[in-house]
Formats: sequence, C-alpha cells, structure tokens
Amino acid sequence: MMTGVPLSWYLILSVVLFSLGVAGFLFRRNIITIFMSIELMLNAVNLSFVSFSYELKSVNGHLYTLFVMVVAAAEAAVGLAIILTVFKNRGTLNVDELNSLKN
Amino acid sequence: MSVDDAIRFLPELILILAATLIMVCDPLTSTHRKSTLAVLAFVALLAALAATAYSSTDPGKAFFGMIVVDGFATFFRAIVIVVGLLTVLSSNRFLEREGANSGEFYALLLFSISGQSMMAASNELIILFIGLEISSIASYVMAGFLRDDSRANESALKYFLLGSFASAFLLYGIALVYGVTGATNLSDIGSRMQPDSLLGGVAAALMFVGFGFKISGAPFQMWAPDVYQGAPTPVTAFLSAGPKAAAFAVFVRVFTVAFGNIGDRWEPLIWISALLSMTIGNFAALGQTNVKRMLAYSSIAHAGYVLVAITARSESGVAAVMFYLGAYALMNVGAFTVVGHISRKGERYLRVEDLSGLGVRQPLTAAMFSIFLLSFIGVPLTAGFFGKFYIFKAALQSDLIWLTVLGLLNSAVAAYYYLRVLVVMYMQEPGEAVNEVEPLSPALRLSLICSAAGTLILGIFPSGALHFAVKSAVLK
Amino acid sequence: METFSFYAFAVLVLGGAILTITRRSAVHSAISLIVSLVGVAGLYLLQQAEFLFAVQIVLYIGGIMVLFLFVIMLVNLDEAAKERQFNGQWLIALICATVVGLQVAWFMTKGAGALKLAQVPVAAAQTGAPVSPGNVEAIADVLFSEYLLPFEVASVLLLVAVVGSVVMAKKRI
Repeated sequence: MMTGVPLSWYLILSVVLFSLGVAGFLFRRNIITIFMSIELMLNAVNLSFVSFSYELKSVNGHLYTLFVMVVAAAEAAVGLAIILTVFKNRGTLNVDELNSLKN
Repeated sequence: MSVDDAIRFLPELILILAATLIMVCDPLTSTHRKSTLAVLAFVALLAALAATAYSSTDPGKAFFGMIVVDGFATFFRAIVIVVGLLTVLSSNRFLEREGANSGEFYALLLFSISGQSMMAASNELIILFIGLEISSIASYVMAGFLRDDSRANESALKYFLLGSFASAFLLYGIALVYGVTGATNLSDIGSRMQPDSLLGGVAAALMFVGFGFKISGAPFQMWAPDVYQGAPTPVTAFLSAGPKAAAFAVFVRVFTVAFGNIGDRWEPLIWISALLSMTIGNFAALGQTNVKRMLAYSSIAHAGYVLVAITARSESGVAAVMFYLGAYALMNVGAFTVVGHISRKGERYLRVEDLSGLGVRQPLTAAMFSIFLLSFIGVPLTAGFFGKFYIFKAALQSDLIWLTVLGLLNSAVAAYYYLRVLVVMYMQEPGEAVNEVEPLSPALRLSLICSAAGTLILGIFPSGALHFAVKSAVLK
Repeated sequence: METFSFYAFAVLVLGGAILTITRRSAVHSAISLIVSLVGVAGLYLLQQAEFLFAVQIVLYIGGIMVLFLFVIMLVNLDEAAKERQFNGQWLIALICATVVGLQVAWFMTKGAGALKLAQVPVAAAQTGAPVSPGNVEAIADVLFSEYLLPFEVASVLLLVAVVGSVVMAKKRI
C-alpha cells in the first residue's frame, strides 16, 4: 500500500518535537513541566521508531516503542514520587531554588 | 528457553530472585535485626559472582542473541558485583547510624546491580536500554534514600531529571540506528552500517550524548558534583563505580562493535570530550573544600582518562579501559568508604580539614586512605599507575600524541589536590572531627582491607588481570 | 485523505507541544501534553500501528498523564485554587472533546479499511508465514519468541519502579 505521506515528513515532525522537548527541558523552571518535556522527547523517539518500522515493514520498531512506554511509565512513577518528596521537604518546585549543594 | 540460555543469564537471575526474597523477608525481620538482610544480600552477590565465573566457562550467545557471554561481559559483571559486595559491607553501619537500615535498600542495590550486569552482557540495544533503566531507576531512589535529608532529595531529583534526559538522547540514537540499518542486534548493525552514512554519524553522536551523561564525561558532567555530594556516602561510592563501569562497558561495546565502521566520524567527539573531562575535572577539584565534591570532580577527570583509551580505537585501548575501570572501582569505593566513616551521623564532617590528624588517631584508616589517594595520582606500586600506564601506552600506539601529553599534564595537576589531603591527614593536629571518630566496625574494616589489597595487588602484579583483559578485548 | 490526516495530527502534536512548554500553569501544560499525545496516537494509526495506538491512549494518556495530573493537584493546591480561568478551561475541554470525537469518527469510517490493509505487509515481511490477522498478532508473535527476555526483564523494571516509588513516598519505612 502506498501512502501519500513520505517517511521524511514523519522524521521532520519527530525532530521538531524532540527539539521542543529539549527546549522545554532547558528553559522551563517548574520541575513538573521539565519532566513533561522529557515525555515529549520520548514521544518524538517513539514516533521515529514507528515511522522506521512502517518503512522497513518490520514490527521491531513497534516493540521498541512498547518498551519505551513501559520505561516511561516506570520513570514517571519513580520521578513523581521523588518530586513529591522534594516538595514535602522544600515547599517549592522551582529548579532555581534547589541549590543547597555547593561549598 | 534452554538450559544454556538460563546459565548464561544466571548471575542476573540470582540477583533478581535474591532481591525479591529480601523484600519478602523484610517485614518478617524486626527493626534492629535488618543486618541479617545485608548478610542475605552479601551471600546472593557471592553466588552471583560464582555464577559469573561458571557461565564464563561456556561462552556464547543466549535468548536469540539478546545477550552474549564473553570475556568482556564476564570482566564487567565481576566488577559490578564486587562493587556491590563492597557497598553492602560499608552501607550497613552507615544506614544503622542514620536510622534507615531497611530491606528495600539492599533489594534496590541488588536490582541495580542486576541491571548493570545485564548491560555488561547485552548484545542487543533493547536489553542494553532496559538494563540501563533498571540500574538507573534503582540508583535514583538510592540517591534519595534518606528522605528527610533535603540534600539527598535534591541529589535524587537532579540525578533523575538529567538521567531521564540522557536516556531520551540515547533512545533517539537507537531509533536512528534502527532506521539506518534496520537492525538492533549489535553485530548486525556493525555489518550493515555504511562507512559514509551521515545519519549513522548522527546516531553515534546522539548515543554518545546519552552515554556521556551516564559516565559523567564533559560536557555532560554538570550533574555529577551535586549528585555525588548530596547522596548518602555509601551510595555515592556505588554510583561512582558500578553504574559508571557498566555504562563504559556498553559504551565500548556499542562503539566498537556497532559503530566500528564509522570510527572516523566519532573519534573527534570523544577526543574533545576526553580532554574536556580531564581538564574540567582536575581544575575544578583544585578549589574544592568538601571531600565528597572533590572526589566527584576527580571522578569526572578519571572518566576523561578512560575516554582517552577509547579514543585509541584499538584492542589494547579496550584492554586498558577494562583494567583501568577495575582498578578505579576498587580505589574509588575505598576512598568514599573512608569519607563515609569520618563524616559521622548526619554527614556533618565532610571538609578536607575535618580529616586533620587522622594519621595519628586512626593509623589504619589513614594508611588505607593514603593507598587510595596515591593510586588516584598514579604512583607506582598502586593499581592507578598501571591503569594510567596502559591507557597512555594505547593512546601513543594510536598516535594520539597531543592527547597523551595533555593527559600527563593533567595527572600532574591532579597530584596537587590529592597530596593536599595527605598533608592534612598526617601533618596537622587532630581536630574535633577526628577526635570523636568511632573505631572501624568489622564490616567496614573488611571492606577497606579488600579494596586496599585489591589496589595494591593490581599495582604489584598487574599481569594476571591485564592478560585476561587483553584476551577478552577482541569484541565481535 | 492521508496527507490531510497527517497535517491535522501534526498540528495537534506540535500545537500541544508548544503549549506544553509555554503555558505558565502546570495543569494547562499537562492538558496540552495530552493533546500532543493524542496527535502522536493518531500518527501511529496512520502508520498502521493499531496496537500502539491503543497502548498510547490507555497507558500514556490514561495512566501516565493521570499520574501527572494527580501530582500537580497534590503539590500546587494554592496555585490551582488561585487561577479560576474557567474560560480557558472550557476552551481546552471543548478542543479535547472535538479532537477525540473527530478521531473516533475517523476511525469508524476509515479505520476498518485501514485495518484490513495492515494485515499483509507487516506480518508477511516479518515472519514469512501465511497471513496473520493483524498488527497485534504480528507483535505478539515476535514479543513472545525473539523478545521474550526483554519482556520478562521489563517486568523487573516495573517491580523496581514499584519498590522505588513506595520507598520515596511512604510515610515511614
């Protein structure tokens, strides 16, 4: 079956999405938003896996995407637990205020 | 699944089962008898070490080529398990002191080591990635294990955010590799990768960013000082040795086996990263007054030395990486164990001056700390000397003359801050911190004696370990 | 039709992503992220990855994002109470509803046809076996043979995550 949408469009979309994620990670100050930027990056990766898989006619990319989702779920559970603990002790979720570790 | 498959996966299997068993036993043991769980973890690690040795007698692939047992895998499995043994010995007393001794810690430790062991034996990107995540997620929690300590919280959070960020880059690299070659098995990638593939180069660069974070090589090193300083000291010892050794193992395997064809593209990247890591690590360490932070910067510099050996792109380079990481794991765990012992409850005494007079009050502890520091410098008769020697020899054989010269200059700079600690320990009057320090507990003593003995043995008779490393450095 | 859907989903993905990283309020960011994830799910469907489409909706949006929203509720109580932007929220709710509705409608009309077309290439190229009835089965075939070890090991990963989050969030160890 031919598709009207070439592989490169998907890949460009994936690159743009990944870059948005990186930008969010670097420029945002709220830890939860930073974490959500990581989710954007993971989705960009998943999108390229699925696109390559479609192009190569193999399901390996689909399996990778599945495992990435599992990992994302595990990371989210642990990460949000860590964020909650930090909030309980500090009362803030701004990365600029987390600077007690210096000389 | 055949018996052969199971035997080749036996070390991980033992660790995972033992970790689960520890969690089952945890509610059944009363609060002040949690040390029995440490004993259980210790025995499980010994069993895993035996299983590693046993599985190495029949090398080969298992589970549809997902994992491979060869000399390289065995070597790194042994390193991470030994690091685990030393960590169990040194963390029991520490956790009791901080009132946080519990089964979960040992379970997470064993899980983390099983992930690292999987990484060492992985021959397929998915096992590499899942192993890395098991190791990392367990480490994030261990870094923040003292939940009421806000420094530990901050350390865990930074480690977590930058670790996940790095994983995303690594994954993007994996996706591109899959797209370019249609394969995810390292050997298949190696044979299908075109030497002039541009996208392959991009994939290598992205994966390098991911690994760069995990090994704390510059310019991706900024998390290491904060994380190492804030985490509980036994955990810091573990983080700076185990996950790092495993990350280097997969780094070397992926870049040699899968990206061997496009070596010309990634060599400049690693050249620059090696130089930056050594320079930033050593010069930043000069100005530190906190011992843990100083050792953190020093660990960045040591990652730089290992990167020099990787830049050599030769079998003797791979052997040098293996030998150096073995030596480094021993001396680093030892040094952090001493720091954890001196720091006392709540980790109050962490400044360099707090070590003053240790040579008078506790000659044995001071002597062993001196061995580790001298080995960091690379003084002859210690493991660090031969480690550096083999690295720079491999670099010279590959005509990396400038990198060798700059690396040697860096070693000279590094000697200054290590020697400063020695001077403080032996030449100054005992201060408040050292006067009240308690005697070494038997487990701590055993842990320190083992790492010091290992450091000296590798420094006086390096040929056994080196011979094994050279023999296993042929990666296919 | 394919090109049009691609553009529609791409706009969702990028629009959602841009809003995620620019909105001041964490709740708004999370909801924009959900929009973006829905867009990605749509793109999976366009590329005949029906199984992943379902997993994306159930696991990512239904699981992970709900977890995010819970945590945002837990930590940002005062901020959430301060901002009474009902208008904005109505708008977002409307957009979400429209998107989901459109997707469902598209699936109802076109999806069945797409499913039939998905059978042959994916399954045949992978195993060379006689036609297997769809993407889910093709995935299952590989997952439970070649990818058995990663599958089992992923369960260890989830166990670690469970232990880890309990350790971090429990009141007393």
